[in-house]
Amino acid sequence: MMMQSEKDRFHILLMGAIDGELSENENREFEQFINNTPEYQKEFKQYKKLKEVTTHMRPKSPPVEVWDTYWMMVYNKIERGIGWLLFTIGSVILLTYGGFKLVESVVSNPDLLWIVKGGILLLMGGLSVLLVSVIRERMFTYKKDPYKEVIR
Amino acid sequence: MAAADSISTTNLSRQAFDFKEEKETIIKCQNGDKQAFGILVKKYMQRSYYIALGFIGSHENALDLSQEAFVKAFRAIKRFDVDKRFFTWYYQILRNLCFNFLRDRAKHARPFSEFDDHEINRIREDSAASDDVEREELVSAVRQALSELKPKDQEIIVLKDFQDLSYKEIAEVLDCPIGTVMSRLYYARATLKTKLERMLYDDAI
Repeated sequence: MMMQSEKDRFHILLMGAIDGELSENENREFEQFINNTPEYQKEFKQYKKLKEVTTHMRPKSPPVEVWDTYWMMVYNKIERGIGWLLFTIGSVILLTYGGFKLVESVVSNPDLLWIVKGGILLLMGGLSVLLVSVIRERMFTYKKDPYKEVIR
Repeated sequence: MAAADSISTTNLSRQAFDFKEEKETIIKCQNGDKQAFGILVKKYMQRSYYIALGFIGSHENALDLSQEAFVKAFRAIKRFDVDKRFFTWYYQILRNLCFNFLRDRAKHARPFSEFDDHEINRIREDSAASDDVEREELVSAVRQALSELKPKDQEIIVLKDFQDLSYKEIAEVLDCPIGTVMSRLYYARATLKTKLERMLYDDAI
């Protein structure tokens, strides 16, 4: 148990050492570790080399135009989001009103056969049930979703 | 010593000024000023892009996710506590988007394809292994090993080695103590090292 916690301590100091973030005292403590234990010294060398590899693995810079147009693209996305929201609300209002008017005209039209009236009403009813079902499913999934706190 | 003190005092006062200025900008954003939000975007866009690139590994997706995170930040800016650092808050949005993307990925672009091989090649040359095949092997092994890490392990390596943030800055961004940053770094690097050793050959690093 004691050995384990000593090893843990060494590993913490090891990270600080290769990242150059140790205080003077910690540095002394770390040097004691590597001077007294060859295994730790070997580990230090390995991690130093690993750090060299990852530090030098620099990403390619994108073309300069990316930065020139970056904000404009974010701005457009913000505006488009508002546009889609307004579009969706408008569509729902118009579709609901249109559906209502259609049902009303079908029911009050004396020229239509009862079977056609029935068919149209069933179609409209089916669409409404499907719509409500999808909405309910989405809401139910959201409540049970373990990742709901994760912003998508 | 006096010079060092004066530099650190200057840095502190600059940071305080930056924070004050940022706070004023955020208040403007909360009042619906989109142009003020542009100031924040321009300030953090590069850091944001490179962090996303570190997670995702492809230019198009990194650009898209970093911008999407700004859009989400703007929509939620009214809920932001102006006494906190904007980037710390924004980072949570970005990392969640990136983690979701990684979770759903599997078939997306080859991870880390945008990383510059030249730099890795140079290290290998310095290490006296001049064989081209071996060099290429190391390059693809590092890419592969990084992409196989858990997102949380990738994250800590991205912040430390690609973004070059200090432990203090990482602790602030991840909202955890510095000790946790150090132990997370150790476990991430240990996993990366094991994967690389398995992919290459014994004691390659």
